[in-house]
Amino acid sequence: MDEIITGITQAFNLILTLNPEVLHIAALSVYISLAATLLAACISIPLGGLIHFREFRGKRALKVIIQTLYSVPTVVVGLLVYLLLSRSGPFGFFGLLFTPEGMILGQMVLIIPITTGLVISALSGVDQNISDTLISLGATEFQSIVQIVKEARLAILSAVILAFGRAISEVGVAMMIGGNISGQTRVLTTAIALQTGMGDFGFSIALGIILLAIALVIVVAMNLITSGLSAEHQQVMGGPRS
Amino acid sequence: MIRITGLSRQIGERKILDGIDLEIRRGEIFTLIGPSGSGKTTLLRLIDLLDRPTAGKISFDGQDTAGTEQERLAIRRRMGMVFQKPGVLNVTVAENVAFGLKFRGTDRTQIAQRVTSALKLVGLLGFEEHRAVTLSGGEMQRVAIARAMVTEPEVLLLDEPTANLDPVSSEIIEDLLIRINKDLRTTIILATHDMVQGQRLAHRMGVIMDGRLAQVGTLHDIFYQPKGKEVARFVGIDTVLKGVVQSNERGLATVALDNACFEVVTPCPPGKRVGLYIRPEEVTISIPESGARKTSARNQLVGTITKLVSLGPFIRVTVDCGTPITALITTRSCGELGLAIGMTVVAGVKASAIHVHADPA
Repeated sequence: MDEIITGITQAFNLILTLNPEVLHIAALSVYISLAATLLAACISIPLGGLIHFREFRGKRALKVIIQTLYSVPTVVVGLLVYLLLSRSGPFGFFGLLFTPEGMILGQMVLIIPITTGLVISALSGVDQNISDTLISLGATEFQSIVQIVKEARLAILSAVILAFGRAISEVGVAMMIGGNISGQTRVLTTAIALQTGMGDFGFSIALGIILLAIALVIVVAMNLITSGLSAEHQQVMGGPRS
Repeated sequence: MIRITGLSRQIGERKILDGIDLEIRRGEIFTLIGPSGSGKTTLLRLIDLLDRPTAGKISFDGQDTAGTEQERLAIRRRMGMVFQKPGVLNVTVAENVAFGLKFRGTDRTQIAQRVTSALKLVGLLGFEEHRAVTLSGGEMQRVAIARAMVTEPEVLLLDEPTANLDPVSSEIIEDLLIRINKDLRTTIILATHDMVQGQRLAHRMGVIMDGRLAQVGTLHDIFYQPKGKEVARFVGIDTVLKGVVQSNERGLATVALDNACFEVVTPCPPGKRVGLYIRPEEVTISIPESGARKTSARNQLVGTITKLVSLGPFIRVTVDCGTPITALITTRSCGELGLAIGMTVVAGVKASAIHVHADPA
């Protein structure tokens, strides 16, 4: 019990005094996961669009596979990417293993199924009636696709935020691809794992609190997007109908 | 304007439309009426070139529409369509209305002007910056009409535009359509299952039943001279009877049914089998005791009331006079006459109010 109380006290000390090591680890975590999320989104939005708007054989099977990959264990992705990036692997010559860039790549592989799958759901959520309307208004196929993606923007944005949550909270890829090198590839989750093992509970609790705070920010952002934002937006756009 | 020949659409084994021949004239309001699922929507989608027919042709202003997607897009851009659900996008009203122009590459200043005049047309000036999805159903449908009209289409297609709306909102939209047709000379094709609406708006009507065009004609043709029993039933003729002409004196004929006899106006010779269609509002109900009154109605049939169905201000009375005859009378006169099931009454019909259809199916 004593350990926990001193740990918590120590944690608040570390956070309130803006401990440089804690800050560095938190910043690196956010940088890696944010980069992975944005790059994954850049791939997933067009890819999801392609899968949604094109008819082809095995489309349903592909969707099932994508959904299965939502819950792929992070260590399995870590293993796969490790094998690809290791010196003897096919992409070894890039020298990405144990670098932040390698971790970004690993996290991208982890979350692309989530963003792609949720982009497909988001686009399917746009009423068929909307797509008929756009075509009847004289849209070319490209114009109507752009408009449907815009119409699904809130759902797509929440998919991206959800993916960021998965990226920043995972340990497997960060540990196996990053290697938890202090000052270089050490992120919140791997640091917590290591410090706890070494009995440095204060440091772990501090990082844990930061991780939870980030989760809180994500949840608040999601809620704003799915409900609050539309009301706020409405105010900006001239107020609700009287 | 639009000429449709032998048009069919089949999905799998199911024939949704079967051999439609129809011509839409420039500047008219043409309503397609028919029960739900009869193929109205399918036909409108084919006319708007959203789907391709299984067989048959549609030509638009003399031009065949079976060409490449590029050619079809060019023709589609000369039409506007409003769907049953308004299909507004989650942006402002002005942005919603501007879509058609944006797709056509119109410049910004012109878009602003034309959006304003389209909103003025539908009575939604001042709503530009509102988010379209927060509007009421009727307002959303008016946004959809403004959006279709902003490109000044030659033809406006509407698929049950008031099906989900209250009567007041529906009337606003009906008035708007009449105005669009009159002032802008836009050809309008409207699909509806609402007989009253079809009647109110149309110059000409087409009745569609089970994927076939059962009858095309003016309101009078369809309401008073329906072709066939299904059309008659759909346009509100409750009494459909069959009989044989017994005699014919210069057009005034006597038609015998199994248990009754009617005098009708028809050129059909004796021995001819005919169908008799009687609109319920053409039938009068009176009490036999007060029967000393003289009347010009040639047919006075005594019978007993078997059914009373209240329709608010009106009551539908079914009288069994050897054959059932349905009358539509006001609730007030029903009360004054004290009508009740089992009562003996006289159903009166003028000979000229009975539509005679030779060769009944």
